Amino acid sequence: MTELATYNFAYLDEQTKRMIRRAILKAIAIPGYQVPFASREMPMPYGWGTGGVQLTAAIIGPQDVLKVIDQGADDTTNAVSIRAFFQKVANVAVTTRTEEATIIQTRHRIPETKLNANQVLVYQVPTPEPLRYLEPRETETRKMHALEEYGLMHVKLYEDIARNGRIATTYAYPVKVAGRYVMDPSPTPKFDNPKMHLSDALQLFGAGREKRIYAVPPYTEVVSLDFEDHPFEVQRFDKPCTLCGAEQVYLDEVILDDKGGRMFVCSDTDFCEDRRAHGHVGPMLAPNGPAADGLPGSKEAAE
Amino acid sequence: MYVAVKGGEAAIANAHRLLADRRRGDRSLPALGIDQIVEQLALGVDRVMAEASLYDRTLAALAVRQARGDMIEAIFLLRAYRTTLPRFGYSQPLDTAAMKIERRISATYKDLPGGQLLGPTFDYTHRLLDPSLLTDEEVDEPMQRPAEEGRVMRVSEILDQEGLIEGDGAMPVDHEIGDLTRKPLEFPMSRDLRLQALARGDEGFLLALGYSTQRGYGRTHPFTGEIRIGEVEVELDVPELGFAVSLGRIQVTECQMVNQFKGSAKAPPQFTRGYGLVFGQSERKAMAMSLVDRALRADEFGEDVTAPAQDEEFVISHSDNVQATGFVEHLKLPHYVDFQAELDLVRRMRRDFEAARDSGMDPMTEAAE
Amino acid sequence: MSLTPSTFGNDALTGGFTDPVFDGQSVFKLMMDAMARPGTLQTISTEVAPPAPLGIAAGAIGLTLCDHDTPVWLSTSLGRSSLPEWLSFHTGAPIIQERLEAAFAFIEAGMALSSFNQFGIGTQEYPDRSTTIILEIESLEGGKDLALSGPGINGVSMIAPVGLPDSFLRIWNDNRALFPRGADLVLTAGRQFLCLPRTTKIIATEM
Repeated sequence: MTELATYNFAYLDEQTKRMIRRAILKAIAIPGYQVPFASREMPMPYGWGTGGVQLTAAIIGPQDVLKVIDQGADDTTNAVSIRAFFQKVANVAVTTRTEEATIIQTRHRIPETKLNANQVLVYQVPTPEPLRYLEPRETETRKMHALEEYGLMHVKLYEDIARNGRIATTYAYPVKVAGRYVMDPSPTPKFDNPKMHLSDALQLFGAGREKRIYAVPPYTEVVSLDFEDHPFEVQRFDKPCTLCGAEQVYLDEVILDDKGGRMFVCSDTDFCEDRRAHGHVGPMLAPNGPAADGLPGSKEAAE
Repeated sequence: MYVAVKGGEAAIANAHRLLADRRRGDRSLPALGIDQIVEQLALGVDRVMAEASLYDRTLAALAVRQARGDMIEAIFLLRAYRTTLPRFGYSQPLDTAAMKIERRISATYKDLPGGQLLGPTFDYTHRLLDPSLLTDEEVDEPMQRPAEEGRVMRVSEILDQEGLIEGDGAMPVDHEIGDLTRKPLEFPMSRDLRLQALARGDEGFLLALGYSTQRGYGRTHPFTGEIRIGEVEVELDVPELGFAVSLGRIQVTECQMVNQFKGSAKAPPQFTRGYGLVFGQSERKAMAMSLVDRALRADEFGEDVTAPAQDEEFVISHSDNVQATGFVEHLKLPHYVDFQAELDLVRRMRRDFEAARDSGMDPMTEAAE
Repeated sequence: MSLTPSTFGNDALTGGFTDPVFDGQSVFKLMMDAMARPGTLQTISTEVAPPAPLGIAAGAIGLTLCDHDTPVWLSTSLGRSSLPEWLSFHTGAPIIQERLEAAFAFIEAGMALSSFNQFGIGTQEYPDRSTTIILEIESLEGGKDLALSGPGINGVSMIAPVGLPDSFLRIWNDNRALFPRGADLVLTAGRQFLCLPRTTKIIATEM
């Protein structure tokens, strides 16, 4: 019977790691520019984080502590699956605590806790090209980036305003990096865009299926595209987290019953647990109980 | 009271267990043997090898079994395994002219040296479900006759004797073999890389595109010059020895289409080519591949690119079913954070709409100001 | 040219990583941090022994990043040492004469350098296809202060290298003017190194 291969540390062979490492270094040297790389087939499907996984696999070492989140939560199925993958192939320490992690691999959210200079944030990116839905051809979009011709994007945003009264992009909101490249921040809600600006941490972006790696070094300008008369605005939630009372954080809507009852809780599960561990409570857990705030049935939490 | 959702790990473990149970099915039935799959589902195994781009019947059969018969899932399994294997180098080009032929047909000539050899084809079967296959009925031994010795000439050589067909896609001497698994793709692509992508491409996708060319979406006037199926030697150059070493034989299907002739002010008209080469007995795929190959060469012949099958970036970007299924199926992953952002926006816009309407203004005009 | 063991001196066969997987990762981590935070001094603690005159940091970087796919250019003394065989043996990297094509260029201390233009500076569409230059100098500390700013740097940070080429600031400004094209630089001195990606702005603060 055919002998199946044993796997190298962190799954990737050394030649693949070198190829990705070289791409990472060039990406850091050209903030926001998408470096093409020969993405490998990974044991999870394209579109499910293979870019992020290849980045993490290329940089991770035995001393690292890995956190993996999806939608801000450590316990969503894909985050669980990726974390288990690295435990198996790298035997590395894992954590759900943002503060304890040295590498955080994320899908669609940036942690609420401010990151520090010892951390690397690895984003999973489905569509790295910010212009892709405006121009499907790679041959054309590459030229636009080369010539810094981003007119198409400004036109799109302006048409939104003309049609809807506001810019209708709520996630994957395009940004300009270090004053040069327009970049797709991955499908994080635009709420998270300000966190990318002048971060203490290194941010790496991996798109496995589309075969691109890009980076934002620490302390780098990341500016959301807008117009003078329609400046960039983040979403606001007008009620705090029902469980921990946090304000100015991104909240998930949870449906409680079939009569429209709903509540809003922190998307960042570690942030929420940590606040509750330190005694913060939201309306549901407060001594006066849920009735105090008219929950369930409250529909206007996000205004 | 609401308790935050936990237990993703436990759910996944249980899902894996349930999957394994369903895969095995009724325990009173004998388990499928890998050798049975290799022997009796051979064409399925061939497809998996072809699109996984890895020639190993046992592993492909394992993948088919593990995937419970889902072919794209099996292709994914084998492709992922391929990535882990060490690479030693590139073989010599396969000499399909020296093939040990099991099937060989040509639509361009009624008879020709080497003859029309039907082989184990479904072609002239009547598509009537056969109840004898519900049980294990005795199957006759096939008819045999002594094998023909020597090389069977290619149909393209016949045309070439009169200079009627273009050359065989020779690349410049110093051309480095393209390998899209090693370097990221760039458009426009050279033909060797395109053919590699097509060889790995989804049979259904290429079939539809090939079909579209026959219906006028980028017509190429194809004739099947030759299809041959059989075994070829795989040879590897070993510099230390100074000669090539045979690694063994693999079965491949080769299709040469003879397409719309093309001439110019300087050269008399010649037939042009489309090429398909696939692991195993994969005739439909080889034919579809050759139709699409020719359509993608539209530029070379100064033909207008008007149809999807001629659009290189479109065809090659979407031909890989492992990538395609990954991205299509990724829509199952939680997207509630981004959906929340959209909900927020739509609710807000609806409030604006109502406010404008209530105050007697035209909501659409309001928005445009 | 076919390389057999008998064409290698003993130098070439030794001095590589004892544990390529973990040594490669730890050196890369230092490089990634250094490129992300330009001007940060890093020290190689891994035991490697590249043939003289290549420094330890430069050798470790070569072992970490070079392989079959990365053409390497070597300056004169480096090319004449057993470095070509050492790199061939340990990494399989092809040594080339054409600077434009080099993925990595190793330059010995004291070599005259008038511009980065002879090296790969990438194209407007593919600025990543440029050379990473590894330049050995006398020391990374103790010289005249240079103020660094730009991506990766919180405000301004200072470095004080000794032994940079005379017209370094002009060379660097010429390189920066090409952005997004341009070469990226690693300064090495023995076991130490720092990185200067093409985005870094460098100003002399002392005359």
